[in-house]
Amino acid sequence: MVKEIERAGIPVVHVCTVTPISMTVGANRIVPAVAIPYPLGNPALSEAEEKELRRKILNTALSALETEIDGQTIFEVK
Amino acid sequence: MSKIKVVHYINQFFAGIGGEEFADHKPEIKDGVVGPGMAFAASFGESAEIVSTIICGDSYFNENLEQAKKTILDMLKDIKPDIFIAGPAFNAGRYGVACGTICDAVKQELQIPVLTGMYEENPGAEMFKDKLYIIATKDSAAGMRSAVPPMATLALKLAKGEKIGASKEEGYMPGLTRVNFFEEQRGSKRAVDMLLSKMAGKPFVTEYPMPDFDRVEPNHAIKDMKSVTLAIVTSGGIVPKGNPDRIESSSASKFGEYDITGVDNLTADTFETAHGGYDPVYANTDADRVLPVDVLRDFEREGIIGKLHNKYYATVGNGTSTKNSKNYAAEIAQRLKNDNVQAVILTST
Repeated sequence: MVKEIERAGIPVVHVCTVTPISMTVGANRIVPAVAIPYPLGNPALSEAEEKELRRKILNTALSALETEIDGQTIFEVK
Repeated sequence: MSKIKVVHYINQFFAGIGGEEFADHKPEIKDGVVGPGMAFAASFGESAEIVSTIICGDSYFNENLEQAKKTILDMLKDIKPDIFIAGPAFNAGRYGVACGTICDAVKQELQIPVLTGMYEENPGAEMFKDKLYIIATKDSAAGMRSAVPPMATLALKLAKGEKIGASKEEGYMPGLTRVNFFEEQRGSKRAVDMLLSKMAGKPFVTEYPMPDFDRVEPNHAIKDMKSVTLAIVTSGGIVPKGNPDRIESSSASKFGEYDITGVDNLTADTFETAHGGYDPVYANTDADRVLPVDVLRDFEREGIIGKLHNKYYATVGNGTSTKNSKNYAAEIAQRLKNDNVQAVILTST
């Protein structure tokens, strides 16, 4: 799916947990997520901490979209 | 010759422990045969014995790759099996990746012959078919009966160190070792024969299939995030509560387009997941964990992004064929372009 959106000319970032699959499928901008059933959350945290975590991941996703790349790149969440 | 010692790797589902709610099951080793091992045991007869079965949850394995690999390798050190078999995983993505990863590790680290089986569209196949023997199976566990005999036959050959035939004869996925042999006809004659068949519209088999490098060049970076309209797309199956389009929990036959105008936060009362391939509890409690509308609304309000697109797109990526996913996304991309969306965040579970 990522590839078709990229092919249509829209920059896209793939946020997913199993990054090797994303690499194999051919996503270009990849941001590692937390876990399969909750990629952008963590039920072990408080609601506020969880939202902060989600914000961090999405900030990384936006930076990925703002970064010129030559090939497939994984952007680690800082 | 004494019986060949086999260790079998399966996931929590095939071990009968449970479905997605037990996908975090840590690696565990049991004596003898569990689940699909019975079919292998029947096929082996007296020639081989499954001495142990290793069980690991699919989510646990994929989320803790290094730790899972280490634990399982440690389990195998004392047993010293003659062959390690994983799966078959059919079209279960995380299971296929786990089977491929652990087989690759066992082969590399312990120098023990390995074998797995899965459906050709399983992501594990693309990742490991040039490294491992992977028997091509059907896409669901209904194909167990046809998967086991070629796996058992090839496993015995590998364990005994016998000569392995071509991929077509043994049933494994091509891509591994290339073996030289003499053809009866010389190349020029074979090429002309192939050409004549092609011109006559008759079937012919290429001797060198072109690899399918379907790569897409990355698009240019966004220069001014403050002015873009950003959309979210997910394969994690987030739908309005009640799943109005009835998107299937696996092998989805469609995608959904949903309006989120005025929606600031996804709640247990308003949104849920239709995905049947992961434990839905967390997404049903708070779907922002998969489709992060809440934070993106904050970004919009704070001027970090120009605008969150008022529609989002969702399908269920569980066992959905590559061909269908491609078609859905091409259609989604067209609609996004028509609406002047300039950037997309795609989330997957």
